[in-house]
Order: sequence, then structure tokens, then C-alpha cells
Amino acid sequence: MLTLLLIVLFTGAALAWCAQYWRPHDGPRAVALMTLITALLLMLPLAANTANGAFIAALDETWLVLEQTPWIPRFGIQWLVAIDGMSLLLILLTLVLGLIAVAASWREIEQRQGFFYFNLLGCLAGVVGVFSALDLFLFFFFWEVMLIPVYFLIAIWGHEARHYAALKFFIFTQASSLLMLISILGLAYLHQQENGFYSFSYFELLGSGSRSPHHFWLMLGFFIAFMVKLPAFPFHTWLPDAHTQAPTAGSIILAGVLLKTGAYGLIRFLIPLFPDSQVSFAPWGMAIGVAGILYGAILAFAQYDLKRLIAYTSISHMGFILLGVYAWNALALQGAVMQMLTHGFSAAALFMIAGAIQHRIHTRDMRAMGGLWPQVPRMAAISLFFVMASLGIPGLGNFIAEFLVLTGSFQVSRTATVLAAGGLVGAAIYSLIMIQKVFHGQASTSHTLADFDRRELSSMTVMMLALLALGLYPQPVINLLQPVLDELLLLNTPLPMRIVGVTP
Amino acid sequence: MLSLLWLIPTLPMLSSLLLMLGAGRFTRHTSALLGVGSVGLSALIAFAIALSFDTTTVYQHTLWQWFSVGALTPNIAFYLDGLSLVMMLVVTGVGFLIHLYASGYMYNDPDYSRFFASMNLFLAAMLILVLADNLVLLYLGWEGVGLCSYLLIGFWYKDPANGQAARKAFVMTRVGDTAMAIGLFLLFRELGTLNIAELMTAASTRWPEGSPTATLAALLLLGGAVGKSAQLPLQSWLPDAMAGPTPVSALIHAATMVTAGVYLIARHHALFLLSPLAMDSVALVGLITLLIAGFSALVQTDIKRILAYSTMSQIGYMFLALGVGAWSAAIFHLVIHALFKALLFLSAGSIILALQHKQEISEMGGLSRHMPFIFGCFLIGSACLAALPFTSGYFSKEPILIQAWLQSPMLWFGGLLGALITALYSFRLIFVVFFGPLHTEPSGLKLPAVVALRMPLALSILALLSLLGGFLDLPLATVLPTTSGHPPLLIEAINTLVPLFGVLACYSLYHRNPALRQRLIQLPGSQALRRFWLNGWGADHLYDLLFRRPFLWMARINQADIADSLSRGITQLSRYSHLLLVEVQSGQIRWYASIMAIGVAFFIGLGVLT
Repeated sequence: MLTLLLIVLFTGAALAWCAQYWRPHDGPRAVALMTLITALLLMLPLAANTANGAFIAALDETWLVLEQTPWIPRFGIQWLVAIDGMSLLLILLTLVLGLIAVAASWREIEQRQGFFYFNLLGCLAGVVGVFSALDLFLFFFFWEVMLIPVYFLIAIWGHEARHYAALKFFIFTQASSLLMLISILGLAYLHQQENGFYSFSYFELLGSGSRSPHHFWLMLGFFIAFMVKLPAFPFHTWLPDAHTQAPTAGSIILAGVLLKTGAYGLIRFLIPLFPDSQVSFAPWGMAIGVAGILYGAILAFAQYDLKRLIAYTSISHMGFILLGVYAWNALALQGAVMQMLTHGFSAAALFMIAGAIQHRIHTRDMRAMGGLWPQVPRMAAISLFFVMASLGIPGLGNFIAEFLVLTGSFQVSRTATVLAAGGLVGAAIYSLIMIQKVFHGQASTSHTLADFDRRELSSMTVMMLALLALGLYPQPVINLLQPVLDELLLLNTPLPMRIVGVTP
Repeated sequence: MLSLLWLIPTLPMLSSLLLMLGAGRFTRHTSALLGVGSVGLSALIAFAIALSFDTTTVYQHTLWQWFSVGALTPNIAFYLDGLSLVMMLVVTGVGFLIHLYASGYMYNDPDYSRFFASMNLFLAAMLILVLADNLVLLYLGWEGVGLCSYLLIGFWYKDPANGQAARKAFVMTRVGDTAMAIGLFLLFRELGTLNIAELMTAASTRWPEGSPTATLAALLLLGGAVGKSAQLPLQSWLPDAMAGPTPVSALIHAATMVTAGVYLIARHHALFLLSPLAMDSVALVGLITLLIAGFSALVQTDIKRILAYSTMSQIGYMFLALGVGAWSAAIFHLVIHALFKALLFLSAGSIILALQHKQEISEMGGLSRHMPFIFGCFLIGSACLAALPFTSGYFSKEPILIQAWLQSPMLWFGGLLGALITALYSFRLIFVVFFGPLHTEPSGLKLPAVVALRMPLALSILALLSLLGGFLDLPLATVLPTTSGHPPLLIEAINTLVPLFGVLACYSLYHRNPALRQRLIQLPGSQALRRFWLNGWGADHLYDLLFRRPFLWMARINQADIADSLSRGITQLSRYSHLLLVEVQSGQIRWYASIMAIGVAFFIGLGVLT
């Protein structure tokens, strides 16, 4: 079924390109819409089953679906795709945000529509692959598949400095993923040394990294690749450029989904493969996380470009994920995964709003905005909602995520948590200044703007409901993640102190 | 009846949601019906519950489990005991009267329904705060209150100054909130729960008195409390919060927001009792704030700012009371203060409305003849504020001073000085605004008669309650520790006479003998002192220097992101080396040939030499 899902997405991508030649104006986007709806319908029975608690036990009860076929047997490479609760949630997020991205591009993209939707769907397929591949070689393959379409999305449909941004994005991610490739090959080689045959399988390589004499360097290869993707300070500098220049759909996919692959990689691969690093490297990981939170917050405040501001807020929010992952206890990990979901919605929504504003007044410079509230009251009120979500107002999902991360990390490091909590104040400062500059004050120019139309309103409603649900009743998500995270926590319990949630 | 408890915060919440979704499509009548009606209904239910509730018991109602990760299992659950009952009654009762008044005051505002949406949400958040059975839910209400204060202070968003004030309020209180959040993390780490009742039991059984962890936790909670209650050092947002419409100020100062900190500390009294240091800090914060705010109130010229500083000062009394262990007295003063402060703000609102939005007291004067009803209301409010004998303010402030005396004569003297200042600034306001020559002619309101009636109605009820509030008997004995002990009669006599002396002094300075005031003003240094007090003891300047400017500076110098310089450097480097190598590709044979010859010669030389 997972394989089927991937086939549907890739076929949809190809069909969207072809549709350009049949109906250049509305063919590709219709195909993209249909593909994503089909994909969601495919996932629905699984999601429904999971909600009922009827797990399809393949390996053990954490894996809901697992599909396995040899691919290149000589090197032990196989087609191994599987999902557990965490992957399921992230794939659902990917598909929903994919739909939102299509909605956002509905009118924005006029040029070369077919190729655009080909890239959009191709990227989403790659992301779904990343979230489900359990063979490291296959994982790397999908990791690359999701990169290249984004390069085209930025380079072709981007704004004024799109070539620079696209190239920067490509070089940063490509260079770092080559480091990861070396580490993957190193692990496979190590397996060959130990067992006499190559393997890239997640299950066979679990924990093996720590046995290597070069474990620190192998770990660093993964770490840098995931840091760049997340992105964490100081590897974040591609993100503001890429976001600013990308078309709205590109920003939505980048912020909502692509960044999460880095976080996912950390939780799924880095720490399980190198359990020791969790102990030895944790202070560094947490420090980088905290640095990102504070640095991102200050830089977000300094920006004039609306999309750049939101990009820096993403960097700040991703710091919480890093902090949570390296705190590595049930609370913090739940928070980190929750942050992936909630930030996915809130950042995607903010980028969509920024895109909508740019589409209407042809600028992203906040100095040219101001006083937009009376003209676009619905857009303004909805922006306020998402701004409040991103600054962590309780009742919305982002609060649950950050609260869990900080509660969890406080058990491990008080200093890091107290510093990270400073990000809460920073978030208030940069979020409110954004509302002030864009919507409040006197209207600087006499724009006559259209408020959100039905298409935009329905996209926003979906994301608002998602954040409200995650904020008021997150338990189904937590329950879905619980077995996965418990399993991961069992992988390495080096210190008895680390089992948290039960404190004396 | 108790099973309806959940409706009390839910009704204003629902109404707020409806008003938001209506997006301004409702008529004024419908908006007012929803906005005022929902709060009225909540108040009715609250009073019905109050009549039937046995305050020696506790009622808990869980709506659903919010989330559960490990030991962290907060519920969406309400907890009713004597303390939350009192708070609930104040919030819904005074809140309803303010809403009623506001439906007239804001009648001509184009954003009528947005106003009520935010007001209702404000009340709902405050009700969640006081009814929450665990700290996470309390934090939801706590942050919700902050959010709504932001929305309402910046309600007239076209003026950037209002936006500035709104952001200031939100960010400053968020600093406190963050301290409080860290306190939550600490409490959870140490005690393994965030349910308030369990937490208090665990704290008192597990921690000895004077335990450093208890002190730290209590101080972190105090950090949250000083933010929301505008106490030192997070006090300076409150005077600016006057940017909002006057009913908003009334709501912030009387029924919601600033009382939250007092409630928080009273709710966690078991924790604070474990730490003498934390208790002393609370008392000291209260004492210093009540004095500096009192002095500032003496010299302000904007009627709303005077009232704002007076709130800060009165909350200071409540903190002083909490710090000396006079728990019930603090809550009693909170209730009485809510009544007379709402009365004062709403009366001030009527004056401002009649004077075409003039707020400077120098432009008022002689209004007692033109607005006798408002004068009466204001006089009642001021008498309560000044704690003149037999007003409700007297009954609520007296126990605080007595307890302070029993604790330490120094605290008592500070409080007494504060009482004198309170009498001075409240009657300065009366004499300047209502007596002397008329500066601005009050005009009638352009409102439908039915709507216009709502304002005096709300004011009359508040005035009546302020007069009779002293006879209230709050059911706090089972929740809060009681105090005992009697000071000498002389102390009580002094407590009673000092405010009277203040009023007399004011009468002489501002009415009878203005020449004396002139001489006071001409004393050397008095102008500098006046400016210092006028600017709230320079707090804004200090914070500007210490925090705002360094932050802006950091943001400005690093706007282009220094972390990017590495990748930019690499780009530059490859571009320069590219340019360098381009020069080599000249296309001239002799150039290539000579380079080749030099190269060959170089390598041969290298081979020969080594």
C-alpha cells in the first residue's frame, strides 16, 4: 500500500506534466489536486484503523505497514518501506499541506503549469519516500528526489533573486547530503566487516554506528545533513533566501514539510544508529538548539521582508525540535514531533498569507505595508490567529509542543531550558511587530485589496482547525506516537535517570 | 446547579466565537445582546451557584483530559472552592456591569462587534484562570488574558502609539509569564504533578520550611504575578495600557488581569508559606510598588493615568497583605477594589465622553454642577479609594495595615504613608475635576435613550456595591489560613485618621488656599521631582537603556545575518578566483607559449635543485 502510494504520487507528477499538452490552463492543477486526494484516500483506511487501535502488526506493534523486496541484492540494498505512528502523521501532514500548496498556486502559477505541478508532486513523493524508507540507500535516494524539484520550483517560478537562492539551497543541501552518503556507506561497510555482507537495512544497522572506531565522524555526516535541512544555527543561512524567493507553494512545502525531514532524520536515524551520541553529543545538540531559538528570534525581529521574517521564525521554532530531540525523553520527544506538525501548519499558513499579500500588492517589504486591517479584515484576523499560534498561545497546538519540549528538557538541562524559554519572549516581540507593520497603523498607500476568497479561506480553515484540534485535544496524536517513542527510548537507556515522566 | 459551572467560562467564549465568525455582520443590537447577554447569563449562573454552594466543600468538574504524557496529565477541569467562588463572582459580576456600560459607551464605534468579541474572550480567559484545577490550564487562562489585553489596548489600531502600548503590555507580561512557565517546569520536575491541590499537598509534605527549591519555585511564580499585576519590576506597562477604550481599562483594572497575580499567590499560599524569603519578597514588592505608584499618581495630569497608578498602588497593598500573611484581607481588598475601581473608571469614562475625549485634568474643572450624578459616583469611588472611615475601602484596607503592624512596624509605616498619599491623589482629582472654574463645557451624548440609560444604571449598581461592600463576608476561612492578633488602639486610630488628614490637606491645597500650593511648587527641586514621578520613576528610560536599545542594536547590526558571511565569503572567493583565471584565458598564442615555457623551466629547475 505504501508502494502504491508512492506510485500514485510519481504517476500523478508525470501525468500533471503531460496534462500541460491537453489543457494548459487548468489540466495540470486538476491532475495535481486529484492525485493528492487519491493519495489521502489511500491513507485514510490506515489512519482510521490506527485510530481504532487495530494495528496491522508486521514486525511488531509499532510498525503499521511494512513492505520489503530486494532491490540490489549484491549490496544488500532493498526496497524497504514501512510506517509507524510518527511516519503516518508526517505523511498525512505532507499530503494535507500538498493540497494547501496546490490551492495556493491555483491562480499564482500561470507559466509552465505542467512542469510546476510535476515538480511539486515529485517533491511531495520524495518527502513521502523519506518518511517511509527504512533502507538507508533508499532513504538517500528519496532524500535526493525531494531536493531537485525544489531547486526548479525556486529557480523557475521564484522572485527577483531566484537563481542565487536556488543555487544556494542546492549547494547547501547537496554538499551536506554527500556527507551523509559517506556515512551511510561507512555504516554498510562496517556491517560487511562485522557480518560478512553488506546491508543498508535500518533494522540491521540499529545501534551499529556506536561500535565503529570512527563513530563520531560517521555520526557527524548524518548530523550535518540533518542540521542543514532542519535548519539549525549556523547552517540556516540558505533558508531565508530560499523562502524569500520561492513561490508560495514552494515556501509552504519548504517550511511545512521539507524542514521536518531533518528533524525526522534525527529521531529516526541519527540517534538510533548512534545511541552513544545521544549522551556524548547531547550538550552540543541542545546548545545548537538554544542558539537557533534565540538567534532566529532576534533576526526575525530585524527583518523588513515579510517572508524573510517568517523564515527566521522557522529557524527559531526548529531550535525547539533540536532541544527536544537531544533531551531524549518521552515528554521532550512528544513535544518535538508535535512541534513538527504544528509548525508545519502555522508556518505554511503564514507563508500562504505572505504570498497572498505579495500577490495583491506586489511587495514583501513591510515598510510599504501598514494599515491593511480595514481592507482585508478576514485576512488580518486569520493572520493574527496564526501569529498567536506561532508565539505559543495555549489552546493552539504550538503551545502543547513547546510546553512539552521545555518540560522535558528541563529534566535534563535547566540552563538550556531557561535560555530556550527566552525564545518565548522573543516570539512575542517579533510576532507582534509583524502584525503592527502589516495590518495596524494608518494605511500608507491607497491599495484596494481583495480579501481572502473562498479557496484561500477554506485552506486557512483547514489549518486553523488542525491547530485548534492539536491544541485542545492532542491525545490521539500523542497515543499514536507513544509506542514509537517508547521503542526508540528503549534503544538507548544508558542512564537510569533518563526515564522521565516518573520522577521521584 | 453546580453541574452548570462549566457554562460560566464557556458562555462568553461561545459568544466571542460567534462574534468573531460574524465578522462584523451582526447589527449593534445583536452584538450587544450576545456580548452583554452571555456575560449576564454567566453572572446569573455564578450567583445561583454561590447561593447553593457549601463553601466548606470543594467541587471539581472534569470536562476532558487535555493531554497525557508520562506523569504530565493536565485536564480541562474546573475547581471550585471559596477562593475561586469569590473570584468568579467578581469577574462575572463586575465584568457584566462593565459590559453593560460599554454597550452604551462604545455604541458609536464602527468596530462594535470586534470590541465585544475581545471583551468576552477576555472574561472567558480570566474565568478559566480562576477556575482551573491545574497549572497548565491556569496558564492557558493566564496567556489568554495577556492576549486579550493586547487586542483591547490596541483596539484603536490606527494610531501606532496604541499598538506600541499594546505590544508593551504583552511583551512585559510575557517576561513574567516565562518566569512562571519555568516555575511550572520546576514544580513538575520536583513534585511530578501540576494539579494545584496535589501540588500544594506534595509541597507541604515533601519540602521543609525554608527549602531552597520551594523558595525558587515561589519566586518564579511571583515573577509571573508581578508581570500580570503590574508590580515592580514589571509595572511600567500599566499606565500605557490606558490607550484602550475606557471600559477596557475598567475591565483590566477591576475585574480581570491585574488581580490575576494576587489570585495566583493566594492560590499557592501553601507554597509561599514554606519560604520566608518569598513571603518577604512579596511584601516588599507590594510596599515599594504602592509607594512609588502613589507618588507617581500625585503628579499625573491625565485622569486615566492617575487611576492607573492608583490601581498599581492598590494592588501593591494586596501584595503587602499577601506577604504579611493576611491572605483573606488581600482577597477582600481585591473584591472591594474591583468594585470602586470599576466605578471610578466608568465615571471617568462618562466624563471623557462628555468632554469630547479630553483626558487632561487641567481641561476639566467645575463639573460638579454640570454632572452631579457622575460627581456623586466619583465621590463615592474616591472615598472608598482613600479608605475614609465607614466606606468599604476602609474595611478592606484596615486589616492589611493591622497585619502589617503585627509583622513589622516598618511595613506598617510604609503602608500608612501610602494611605496618606492615596487620600491626597484621590481628592486632588476630585477638587481639580469637579470644583473650581469650568474649562470645558460638557456636551450631551448622541445615543438612543435606551442605550444611554445603560451607563448610569451600571454606575448606580457599582456605587451601591462600593458603599455597602464593607459588609460583605467572604467565604475564605476554609481555603486560606486565618490571622489573629490585635494591635494597640492607638495604631487603629492612626490608621483611621491619616486618610482624613490627607483629604483635609488636599482641601486646603487645592481648594481653600492655592497660594500654599504655589509655594510648594516653587521649592527648589520640586519640578525635577515632579518630572521624575510623572515618568514613573524613570522605569521606562531604564528599561529602554537596559533592554530595548541593546536588543534593537543587536537586531540592527546583524540584520544581514553574520552566519551567512561564510557562504558569502566562499561565493566571493570563487568569484574573484574566477576573474583571476579568466585573465589567463586571453586567446593569445604567445601568452600561452610563454606561460608554458616558464612553467617548464620552473619544474625543470625544481627537479634539478632537489
